[in-house]
Amino acid sequence: MAVDPLIELRNVNKHYGQLHVLRDIDLIVGRGEVVVVIGPSGSGKSTLCRTINRLETVESGTIVLDGQPLPQEGKALARLRAEVGMVFQSFNLFAHKTVLQNVSLAQIKVRRRKRDEADQRSRELLDRVGLSAHAGKYPAQLSGGQQQRVAIARALAMEPKALLFDEPTSALDPEMINEVLEVMRQLARDGMTMIVVTHEMGFARSAANRVVFMADGRIVEDRAPEEFFTNPRSERAKDFLSKILKH
Amino acid sequence: MNVLTENFHTYAEGFLGTVQLTVYSSVLALVLGFLMASFRVAPVSSLRVFGTAWVTVLRNTPLTLLFFAVLLGLPRFGLVLPFKVFAVIALGCYTSAFICEALRSGINTVPRGQGEAARSLGMTFGQTLNLVILPQAFRSVIPPIGSTLIALAKNSAIAGAFSVTELLGTYKTLSELGYNVVWTFVWIAVGYLVITLAISALFHLMEREWGVAR
Repeated sequence: MAVDPLIELRNVNKHYGQLHVLRDIDLIVGRGEVVVVIGPSGSGKSTLCRTINRLETVESGTIVLDGQPLPQEGKALARLRAEVGMVFQSFNLFAHKTVLQNVSLAQIKVRRRKRDEADQRSRELLDRVGLSAHAGKYPAQLSGGQQQRVAIARALAMEPKALLFDEPTSALDPEMINEVLEVMRQLARDGMTMIVVTHEMGFARSAANRVVFMADGRIVEDRAPEEFFTNPRSERAKDFLSKILKH
Repeated sequence: MNVLTENFHTYAEGFLGTVQLTVYSSVLALVLGFLMASFRVAPVSSLRVFGTAWVTVLRNTPLTLLFFAVLLGLPRFGLVLPFKVFAVIALGCYTSAFICEALRSGINTVPRGQGEAARSLGMTFGQTLNLVILPQAFRSVIPPIGSTLIALAKNSAIAGAFSVTELLGTYKTLSELGYNVVWTFVWIAVGYLVITLAISALFHLMEREWGVAR
């Protein structure tokens, strides 16, 4: 696997005060791969996801995106972030902008597209996530599931090389989870490179190429989903799976 | 009563002086306050240090002392300007420290995720601040900035002690002419009220137009 690496983390370490949140993380994600990161809360999986576009800094180790090491602050970092979309647990749509403006804003300001061109592309993307009827509304007028689909459209509008999902369905009502997962499955089928931190085991089974299991800041297992779910190797993973799958 | 009618010209001159001091200093304070607030939240640590030092020094210096420092200090370094300009500089810089802090508290009311989303889309620090954070912060800083500018209008009276024409200073002329001090001050107070209530009204309108909806 990983013939053509797009995201590479080597020997990455990070502390929050005394807490060692990331311990010697090595992870390579190939182009077009869908990697699902699971693990108990506090295991460092969200932090891992956020280091990839440097919303969290790391203390040691290297992170390489499409052959380029992640720059420090500044314009170079901004340029690189534009290539990696991110979808957050709490959606984080711009509260003072309409749905259409949310999707168009960065296209205009970062990609320097003309407004008409950006809006047209935004409408196509909103159509793709099933929300073209809501283009003129403000985020607060939408349900959680709808907001998250707008957030995915906003990330896609930048034509990113990869998408990071940080627990995208954790803040959603159960009946809205599927509409978001369906959009994500479609993206996976279309060949988008994705790193997904989630508790949705069904999604991991059906859409992932690999499952990465984290505990206490380490990557404990990194395997194909069927193997992992039917025959976990480590005690930690067995324990975790027994707790979440038995109900 | 006839203090006002008989000396309307003196009053008007003083009133206009106070209005000018208030308007010019407000503009300077808003520009500098905006700049310092962006310094204080910037990712560059030297800018943050500068912003913090600016606020600490100016917010903790008595305004009268600051007037002395500007009016007597700057000419020693060869910078000679009309007293009125010096007064605007002193008032504007002093107030900018308070504007900066009001803006910064507004910036802190915007959820962290808004900035993270903007940065994750590849926006620079300036774009994130100007397109995403400040438009949302603006709504919650309208009331405290209004209060700060009202304080500025009243603080401008200190300029009178440095022979800049302004409203409070008119009492000297009038008391020398033998008018009743009480009535002189009543009309001066009314003059200040006109200015401060006008600022209040302006900010009330702004709050109704753009303020946080409840």
